[in-house]
Amino acid sequence: MARVAKLRIWRGDASGGQLHDYDVPWEEGMVLLDVLHVLQATQAGDLAVRWNCKAGKCGSCSAEVNGKPRLMCMTRMSSLDTTQPITVAPMKTFPVMRDLVTDVSFNFEMAKRVPAFKPPPRPPDGKYRMMQEDIDRVQEFHKCIECFLCQDVCHVIRDHPENKKVFAGPRFFVRYAALEMHPLDTNDRRELLKEQMGLGMCNITKCCTEVCPEGIKITDNAIIPLKERVVDEFFDPVRWVWSKVTGGGSKEG
Amino acid sequence: MAEYETHEHDVLVIGAGGAGLRAAIESSAHGADTALICKSLLGKAHTVMAEGGIAAALGNVWPDDNWKVHFRDTMRGGKLLNNWRMAQIHAQEAPDRVLELEEWGALFDRTKDGLILQRDFGGHRYARLAHVGDRTGLEMIRTLQQHAVHKGITVYMECTLVSLLKDGDRVCGAFGYWRESGKFVVFKAKAVVLATGGIGKAWEFTSNSWEYTGDGVAMALEAGADLIDMECYQFHPTGMVWPHSVRGILVTESVRGDGGVLRNSSGRRFMFDYIPEFFKKETADSEAEADRWYTEKKNNRRPPELLPRDEVARAINSEVKAGRGSPHGGVFLDIATRRDPETIKRRLPSMYHQFKELADVDITTTPMEIGPTAHYMNGGVRVDGEGSATAVPGLFAAGEVAGGLHGANRLGGNSLSDLLVFGRRAGAYAADYAKSVKGPLPVAAGRLEALAREALAPFDPGGTENPYLLHQELQRTMQSDVGIIRTEHELRRAVEKIGELRARLKRVRVEGHRQFNPGWHLALDLRSLLVCAEAVARAAIERKESRGGHARDDHPKPDPAFAKVNMVVRKDGEALRVSAEPIGEMPAELKALLEG
Repeated sequence: MARVAKLRIWRGDASGGQLHDYDVPWEEGMVLLDVLHVLQATQAGDLAVRWNCKAGKCGSCSAEVNGKPRLMCMTRMSSLDTTQPITVAPMKTFPVMRDLVTDVSFNFEMAKRVPAFKPPPRPPDGKYRMMQEDIDRVQEFHKCIECFLCQDVCHVIRDHPENKKVFAGPRFFVRYAALEMHPLDTNDRRELLKEQMGLGMCNITKCCTEVCPEGIKITDNAIIPLKERVVDEFFDPVRWVWSKVTGGGSKEG
Repeated sequence: MAEYETHEHDVLVIGAGGAGLRAAIESSAHGADTALICKSLLGKAHTVMAEGGIAAALGNVWPDDNWKVHFRDTMRGGKLLNNWRMAQIHAQEAPDRVLELEEWGALFDRTKDGLILQRDFGGHRYARLAHVGDRTGLEMIRTLQQHAVHKGITVYMECTLVSLLKDGDRVCGAFGYWRESGKFVVFKAKAVVLATGGIGKAWEFTSNSWEYTGDGVAMALEAGADLIDMECYQFHPTGMVWPHSVRGILVTESVRGDGGVLRNSSGRRFMFDYIPEFFKKETADSEAEADRWYTEKKNNRRPPELLPRDEVARAINSEVKAGRGSPHGGVFLDIATRRDPETIKRRLPSMYHQFKELADVDITTTPMEIGPTAHYMNGGVRVDGEGSATAVPGLFAAGEVAGGLHGANRLGGNSLSDLLVFGRRAGAYAADYAKSVKGPLPVAAGRLEALAREALAPFDPGGTENPYLLHQELQRTMQSDVGIIRTEHELRRAVEKIGELRARLKRVRVEGHRQFNPGWHLALDLRSLLVCAEAVARAAIERKESRGGHARDDHPKPDPAFAKVNMVVRKDGEALRVSAEPIGEMPAELKALLEG
């Protein structure tokens, strides 16, 4: 049964833009991204929107739907109030390129600054040993699909673009946590986190956790433990001495 | 001559999925100045969607496993049409490539001894797939992506290439546009690696995203390379069928690998009715034996649900046609009655999430409705087995875009290992080739201007055709006439229709301007996709038998004469020509491995 959705879509580019109204027919079972595809095929062939997998696995179709950061491919039409206009806008934290497409290069620049994974040499048979219970937490972090919704919602950079120079953002705290808690990693990134990545600027409001489509407990499982490690590194004299003696090998915390 | 933004590198890798990333890493490690180009943002390529795992005979779960068994399984799965040298190299090198990923930070699920855990999959004798729940592709692409970034490889994102550039016979670069600005860009390179993936967007119900329009296949063909086995396209047996808007999205084979079974409308495990002669000796003929196999492999044979994908897809197709399907035109995939909810959620978290979110179905209590979906190009650009070189000097191909390894049908799990093994080889050989190239990389006068003119034609005001509607017509044609079961009459009708669409594409008209314009991008992608679709249909006409992914209603049996040839597609002016060409003789020591 075809129904008609009233979409209010932000269209424009870096120089500005505005909301445009479209009436688009939709069917039972559709997600918002399907409706945008119908719109492209029938009324707005040049509507710019990123998407790839259409199954919540690639993290391309991030946007703000009725003001909430979401993946459009996982937003079922039946979950929205279709008696009212549905507003679709680009992520606010990143500069608009065109329509719903934003310049997310900030994230790729941040990725370059993450010190690499550094394992010890492989054992003679070539096979590392790790217990499942020791990697469960890190596997949670590896679920990240890089949709950047957590970066979008984080008020440290959402409301203060100037902070992007000194703040890595939740996605990268998850990444740093994944490396720091990796059983094989021997690098130490704590000073970097404190001095250059702005870990201390996060005041744990948990907005990032709320929008994560993968359900990663960003604040509780990644950011807070990282903050504790950084505190340990710089304020625990016993650990400080120990790390100097052992060359920074103490990673459990 | 107009001035275009130009970049010059030793090696250009086109495509940043598993194969492209692995190729770029290797090329760079061999000292070549390497650039990686992708149509999307980095990390979004379709590798991210791979779910089940990486096939590699590590022997962590079943010590009897080794490369010889993996080779045998791969060849038999491909109905012996495979390039046997590739199948050998693949089976031998896959374990090292998996361990290398671990060394770069990947975290696979573990055995109780702390080794990499391996899971069962269709057509594999032993539990062989290294995996991370059902999101192995994400782990793989992220690990490779981060490794490539740390190695300082230049990455150009959201850039689509429309043509290779040649200096005489050899490749010397590529021409394309930035999707963001619509401006043209020239890449000059001594060697080019194609890692552009497949052509899944030719069908209506597909697991593939918008990117899979066969750009690499079409560019290689245009440059003078050969295609092989294009008729053997793979339909994955289990895609979602409902809601209609998500039809085709992949449901991982891991559901069956982990114990899930297929049932028809009367609840029967119908796969026992579809065990082909070729696999009788290794397939269980009772439910009791099949169920015992998961824990005891020595004295029990594999469940028929884990036959290779071509067999399972055809069986599902037959059940639906016979009127024994599910309400929305699929069959039932049941893990709910087979495993406890905790196990299902732990082993198949993204399937649980996908069905819950998109279909309101809880797979721990309710069977899934599934049906075949266009999934993977078994054939592709013909390459040399050792170094992934195509027939065109300086042009290499790896991953889904390359043909040969999988023969007539790919086994699940052999794709991710293919990407790693041959991505690495293509990168290494391309870098070495690049060292032998001296002097400038000239482009014939007027060539770039001609390419630019063609690319801008969709903005001409005279056009009338809508690219989105042309694409939908192609997808419907391929779905109905070049689907799982084919006949000569329908294939010829498809060729004719594709010809008509190619003519109409010349009159395509897009609205708006060049900046990030999906309508324009699609109009350009369609040029490649139509050529690929035609190659599939024409090769399918010539293979007058049924083998692997290619099934003919009018020639339902395999024919020994066709067992010895590949269908080769070449371009001749605007026309595509198909010829049957003999497969090289397999050495006796490899032949011996096929028995048993």
